[in-house]
Amino acid sequence: MAAGAASGGSAVTDTYKDARTWLLLPAWLTLTILVAAPVFMMLIYSFLTKEFRGGVIWEFSLAAYDQFFFDRGLFGDDPAKIEWTYILIFWRSIWQAGAATILSLVIGFPTAYFIATRPEKSRPLWVFLITIPYWVNLLIRTVSMKFLLRDQGPLNDFLINIGLIDSPIHIVNTNFAVQLGLFYSYLPFMVLPIYAAVERYNFSLSEAAADLYATKATTLRRILLPAVKPGVIAGCILVFVPSMGSFLAPDLLGGAKNFMIGSLIEEQFKGNAGNWPFGAAASMILMSMVLVLLMFYARQQAKSEKAEG
Amino acid sequence: MKNLMKTSVAALALTVGANAAAAEGNLVLYHWFEYMPQEVLDKFTAETGIEVTMDTYDSNEAMLASLKAGAIGTYDLAVPSDYMVSIMGSEGMLDTIADGELHNKGNIAPEWVDVSFDPGRQSSIPYQWGSTSFSVNRDVYAGEIQTTDILFNPPAELQGRINMLDSQGDVTALASLHLGIPQCSSDREQLKALNDLLQGAKAHWASFNSDTAKEVLVSGDAAAGMIYDGFNSKAREEGANVEYAFPTQGYIAWMDNVVLLKDAPNRDSALKFMDFLLEPENIAAITNYAAYNAGVTGVSEFLDPALAAQPEKNPHADAGNGVFIQVCDEATQAVYDQIWTNLKK
Repeated sequence: MAAGAASGGSAVTDTYKDARTWLLLPAWLTLTILVAAPVFMMLIYSFLTKEFRGGVIWEFSLAAYDQFFFDRGLFGDDPAKIEWTYILIFWRSIWQAGAATILSLVIGFPTAYFIATRPEKSRPLWVFLITIPYWVNLLIRTVSMKFLLRDQGPLNDFLINIGLIDSPIHIVNTNFAVQLGLFYSYLPFMVLPIYAAVERYNFSLSEAAADLYATKATTLRRILLPAVKPGVIAGCILVFVPSMGSFLAPDLLGGAKNFMIGSLIEEQFKGNAGNWPFGAAASMILMSMVLVLLMFYARQQAKSEKAEG
Repeated sequence: MKNLMKTSVAALALTVGANAAAAEGNLVLYHWFEYMPQEVLDKFTAETGIEVTMDTYDSNEAMLASLKAGAIGTYDLAVPSDYMVSIMGSEGMLDTIADGELHNKGNIAPEWVDVSFDPGRQSSIPYQWGSTSFSVNRDVYAGEIQTTDILFNPPAELQGRINMLDSQGDVTALASLHLGIPQCSSDREQLKALNDLLQGAKAHWASFNSDTAKEVLVSGDAAAGMIYDGFNSKAREEGANVEYAFPTQGYIAWMDNVVLLKDAPNRDSALKFMDFLLEPENIAAITNYAAYNAGVTGVSEFLDPALAAQPEKNPHADAGNGVFIQVCDEATQAVYDQIWTNLKK
């Protein structure tokens, strides 16, 4: 991560300087073919005319963006008002992804701290344990989650058996289930960068703080957190961004009653709507939002590095 | 974005696959999930020496999108439902089967020859047909269920425990039957009423799920749910006390058809496979597996006798008519798409 490079200090002698072009070629090719080209294609598609039942007509059109931002009523001939439908869908996605990120942070930070403070020899084992559930396909993990949470599932059975509740709590098909599913899907992306940051943290700083009569809370707030901030931010981005575009958890755990951005876009390509330009436009808007977020992060990062000197 | 990437990668993979499949004696099938027993494919390979490759999809629309995104010319055969045959025909995605090319064409049951979605069976043969309606868990609700009120104006016991198919066509068609309005209405009052009905009913629905329509009934997550007839008999076999309804307002009839795709890389193999599926014994094996109905004469002796007696196959005397999903024109469809977005926003 950027943080690693920053703390790594001054420029390193490049042993493989002469081969640099060739070493980078696979990465460049992959990025061009699998990232830049599809994104560019989507950008163009978002400005084309929709073909009935999927496909595009090669004529310039702003209809997709118009549909996103303006509401012309059920029949399309009312005077244009601001369209809240898609803003609502985006807002819901941001909210769900945000909740999942906070949940991941609250549980991931202590976990990462715990791992980083184990003896050096046993740390790889703990990291390894974190990754084990992720050897299983995401779809299967999400479905299993549903089986665990359902009304007649083990979780509710357990809570009823120990007498904590009388009737099952409905978790499946709620927003909370979606947040839980997202949290579970992306937790390691929170734990690993924070672990990397905490592992590099010089614990004698905490001792020094204690010697100077700082409380444990103050040490955490003023010493540890600022030092590992880049890891925390990286973790938050790695959880938040994929959560926003996710459609497995909303469909399977949320009951697909309400579109999230991911399912809205999927519907445009695979569903009845068959509106490719609109799907492309929604993807573009989503991507712009993520880009703004990342640029904001990059600027903050640059600023703090400057401040540190 | 993730989707597009998936599609592009899939398209790439398919192109590679297609090149491999262009050799003699291959057949590339694009089919629904869980709809083709492996034994039937093995039997075809044993009889003809043709190797079958099968990819699957989970909705008519997903199949159409994939073909439109460039997979046409990769597959020989697909299995669209009735209305999707019309759409694919009008999009020019189907090849015409000349007279005499299919030796077993005479086996098609007479009532399924001159169908509205492919008059005279120019490009398709029947695969399976059945109905789409809903069923109710009788342990939860003992009252009258032969009405679409179960879904759109449900009794207290079922409120909040209903699963709908995640399919715009099926949901709006059934809602139109409930209101007694045409499926492709351009009457604004009717369309507003449809919009309002769905908005109001949504509060009583727990989820929209097609793939797991059977599982949610078996597990008890849903107490009522839209379902295909064959799925419901499987749910009963798995122990759910569910009763399939034939509402008096009517229900959805459907037929899946094997179509010969334009630019089929293995056209001869495809025709052989269509002939193979028109043999009563072979199509009956699929019917026994999927628990729907075949559209071929002479199947009855090969069918599992229990199948014909199933409640899902025998509408009661007061049942409404089974109606096919209709194909609307572009302007009308735009309103229905808007209604669906309103429903799921």
